[in-house]
Order: sequence, then C-alpha cells, then structure tokens
Amino acid sequence: MREITVTQALEEAMIEEMERDERVITMATTRAPALENKFGDRRVRFTPISEAAFTGIGLGAAGSGFRPVVHWGMVTFSFVAMDQIVNQASKIRYMFGGQADFPVTYRCTTGGGAQIAAQHSQSPYSMFMHLAGLKVVLPSTPADAKGLLKSSIRDNNPVIFFECSRLAGVTGPVPDGDHVVPIGVADIKRAGRDVTVVGLAYYVREALAVADSLAKEGISVEVLDPRTLVPMDAEAIRASVRRTGRLVIVDEAPATCSAASEIAALVTEDAETFRALKAPVQRVCAAPVPVPFSPPLEQAALPDRARIEAAIRRVL
Amino acid sequence: MSEDKTALVDMLRKMIMIREFDLLAIELRKAKKIFGALHPYVGEEAVAVGVCAALAPSDRITSTHRGHGHCIAKGADINRMMAELFGRVDGYCKGKGGSMHIADFAIGMLGANGIVAGGMPIACGAALAAQLEDRGGVAACFFGDGATGEGEFHETLNISAIWKLPLIFVCENNRYGAGNAVESVRRVTDIELHAPAYGIAGVAVDGNDVLAVRDATARAVERARRGDGPTLLHCKTFRSLFHAMRDAPPPETRAPELLAQWKARDRDSIARFEDVLTTRGVVAAADIAAIRDQVKRDLEAAVEFADKSPYPDPADLLVDMFAE
Repeated sequence: MREITVTQALEEAMIEEMERDERVITMATTRAPALENKFGDRRVRFTPISEAAFTGIGLGAAGSGFRPVVHWGMVTFSFVAMDQIVNQASKIRYMFGGQADFPVTYRCTTGGGAQIAAQHSQSPYSMFMHLAGLKVVLPSTPADAKGLLKSSIRDNNPVIFFECSRLAGVTGPVPDGDHVVPIGVADIKRAGRDVTVVGLAYYVREALAVADSLAKEGISVEVLDPRTLVPMDAEAIRASVRRTGRLVIVDEAPATCSAASEIAALVTEDAETFRALKAPVQRVCAAPVPVPFSPPLEQAALPDRARIEAAIRRVL
Repeated sequence: MSEDKTALVDMLRKMIMIREFDLLAIELRKAKKIFGALHPYVGEEAVAVGVCAALAPSDRITSTHRGHGHCIAKGADINRMMAELFGRVDGYCKGKGGSMHIADFAIGMLGANGIVAGGMPIACGAALAAQLEDRGGVAACFFGDGATGEGEFHETLNISAIWKLPLIFVCENNRYGAGNAVESVRRVTDIELHAPAYGIAGVAVDGNDVLAVRDATARAVERARRGDGPTLLHCKTFRSLFHAMRDAPPPETRAPELLAQWKARDRDSIARFEDVLTTRGVVAAADIAAIRDQVKRDLEAAVEFADKSPYPDPADLLVDMFAE
C-alpha cells in the first residue's frame, strides 16, 4: 500500500470530497493553492482574520444547504470564536427542535512539542466534548485522518476535527479509492493481553513504541485509539479492559476534566468492566501548567515514553 | 383589492399582530402560563414588517432575543409560536427553545438568538449561501444598537463587504442596549457611519415609518442582487417597554415625557401607518377595527392551541441532538 503523510492524506480527503459534492466549500485564513486552483475562489474562500465571523458563516451556510469546511488554523484561534461554537454551533440543532441540519466541519491543529509556547501548544478537546452537540474527532494515522475527514464532511452535524501538529509529517499506509472511516468507532492499533493503553493522537505512536519495547520482556500491551472523542466508542474501550484487566490512558492535555478523565469514568462506572479491573486506572497526562517554551521545561510538562512505561509497570 | 393594497393591509395586520402578541405574552407571563424570559418588541414593529415586506419568502433572516416581531413579519404561524412560549410539543422547537430561540427554517427564519450579535455571522453564512446559489436571494440580519459594540458586528460588516455578499444589516436602534442608553455606550450614535469605513452603503431611516423602512430595504435588496454587496440600514426606533421580564415587568425608569413623545399618534409606528392608510383611502376606520378584531380572535385561538398542546415527553429528552 502507498505511504503518504497525514497532511497529504487530509488534502486528498478535501479534494475528493469537493469533487464528490459541489456543496462542499472551504474557508480559512491561509490560502490553499491546490484546492483554489482546482475548485476556484468561490468555493475555496480565503478569509480575513475574523474567526467569530467565519465560524458563524460556516454554520449559517450549513443551515442554508451547504457543507462548509472551516479551518481555524491552530485550535488556539477558535477561542476568539467561542460564541459561535459554544452558544450557536453546539446548540443550534437541538435548541430549534431538530428542524434543520448543520453539516459543518471545523478543522484545527492541536498539541504541543514544537516549542511554540503556551498559547499555541494546547490540546483542549475536552472543552468541546463537554458541549453537548458537537462531534469531536482526533485521528492518529494518515489513513484514519483521511477516512475520518471524509466522514466528518459527510456528517450532518457540526464536527470539530483535530489535527495533531506533531503527526502532520508522519507517513503511513493509506488505501486507494474512497477510504472512509466511520465516526464513533475505536481501533485497536496493537492487540495485547496484559494491559490496555488508550492513547490519543501523538501518544498512540508513543504507546506503540513502548509496547514494542515491553514485548521484549514478555509484557503484552494492547494499544487502543478511540479516534473519535464524541461519540466515544465506550464499548470498545470497556471490552478491551475486560480482556486485559488494566487501563492506562495517555494524552497531552492536562488531566483535569480531560478526555482521559472521561475514558476513566466510562470504564469504571460500568459494573462488568469495573469487576474485571485488577489495578487502579492510570492517567498519563500533561502537567497542569500552560505549556512552557524552553525545551527541557516543555518535555517535563508533556507525557513521554518513560512515563507511559512507568504507568504500565505500576498496574502490572 | 389591488396587490399593493393587499400588501399594505397585510403590513398593518402584521404590525398589529406583533404588538398584540407581545402585550398578550406579557399578561400570560405574569399569569405564569408561559415561562422564562420575555423581551417585547412593542414600539419597533415597523422595522420587522418594513424589512420583511421587501424580502421574498425564500430570503433568509436572523433575529435577536427580541424576536417575536421578526417571526411574525417573516410569516411564522402564531399558533406554533405561542405553543413554543407555552413550552409545548407543538411549538416551533417542540418546547426546546422558548421565546429566545424560535426559528422556522421553512420560511427562512433562521432563529432568534440569546446572544447579542450572535446571529450576525449566521446571517452572513446565509448570504454566502445565497451568493453561491446565484438565484437572486438575499439575507437580512436584525440586530440592536447594543450589537454594534460586539466584534461580530465589525467582522461581519468587513467580510460581507469584501465578498460583496447579498446581505442587509438591519440595526434596530431602539435607543437602549439592555439598561444602557445608546448615548452612554457610544460616542457616535449615527450607526450608519460604520458603513463607509467598510466600503458599503449606509442608510439611516425613520424606523417607525414602515413604508420608509420597506423602501430603504427594497433599495438595499436591489443593490445586493446587482452584486453591489451589503447595506447597513440604521432604523431609528424606540423600545416602548422594558428590556426583559421574568415574573413581573421591571419598573420603568425613563422620563414620562420621553415615553409620551414616542407614544404620540404621529410617532407611534402603528398609529402613523393607520393614519397614512386612511388618509390615502386604502382602509377605513371600520377596516382597521375589523383587522384588530381578527387579530384578537387569532390570538385567542393561538392560546387555545398552545394550551391544548401536550408538554414534551421527558422520554424524548435526547431526541434532536444529532442528525442522522
């Protein structure tokens, strides 16, 4: 199978979906020459730096029959559009009694590890998970990135599509043709018997690396990628934990009210899964600080392989 | 009856309906028949009716927290509006929205909105859709003078200007942003002066003169359809009643002389329009009385409809969350 980067996979998804459905339009503050040359500047809109406006424009155009893909750039910039996300997009369908659909996809990059300091190294998916009414997607491989972006664009609801910055240049196999990955379905990236490690985005890869190294000691680690945070594939996670009896969750967001917390709760409040647990659930998350700039500080703030391995050893 | 006469009588009927609907809603709220917050549109009827009279049924609008007037002007069914205020299942939003969130997408009413300026980007999106559809459609965006302090106001003016979107910005300057007089929160109260800064047309109009509002809107619609982009329409009106009520209307703190000035027959939007129509011979006093009677009967029927409608079933709490 051919190997391409996450960035290439996402661009393929955009081109294929824009070819497939002429109601797909895009908005972003940076130009997208490949899309613009192919589809023209009516459908590929270059916007002023007005996040609140173009976030709401996406929503209004979605409610008027189009299928906009709005790219915020970094998720950081979505925070100046919070009215449109929190008060409008997440509530508009339910609040109006389901009388219209709002098929809009909001793309954004996320995560730390690039020494771009506190504001631009955030991983705030759980803020969006908390708002009933938004789907939240967070892929970790080129194939999942392509397949889930296609599903997000075809979905009839507002979807927040997170693109982990550290994964942008990572390559992986992507099937030819109309490769679609359903929203809400987790994927076991490596099967194992002794412990389930749920990783998010970049930390799926890191968990896989740790699993490789522990395999040499005969420790069998299962690595599960939820891929979608809303809706969360709780049953897949619970089923894995029932098999292994142990759970470690790894993410680069701070632990408080995080996706990791939500996963821990989903596992422990299910009686059958709770009874299968042989050890306390572990969260390996970022320190509760704004991500610092200087490399040694940033590395200390974010999870790493040593901390993942230590957490696994604690539960074995 | 000529078409023009039919249209004029319909405008008068809608203005009376808007006023009577909200006056009745206040009484229903006091009697605890309806719930939550209420923001009456009394006094501002000429703006909603004048603007919507110049729009096609397929054109789209967004509204504000003070949205009942926009709904009625755009052609909403008062039975379903009333049922929504009653929190019943036959309401526009099946009782999930209430007064501040009535919408009727089938008539291009994309929703009232509890956030000042919150509807402006959404209207801008509807205007983008109209531009892409290329069938001559336009969008109109109602907002108050208070919204001019929000970033979304400036962002949408700019982005719609550069994209030449077929959008009409309708500023309903009722002289108060919640409890604050417009003079106390703006150095310049000529809101149309924002337009030249963004390179678009800006027009001030007497917002209590429904024909002036209609004609100014019609010119804005023509500009939009020609591809000349948005217009900022500053409609100068007056909020006759309070900003909002819950269990009881708040005490009136404004000068009685000021209130009396705006209630005068030559200034009140409905009285003025009645006089224009009678003077022109479009209607006689008896016709107006008949319209008022019909409005009263329609509202009684709406209350009956709402009261008979069941409350939503709590088992349906999660219905309408996500589309298939």
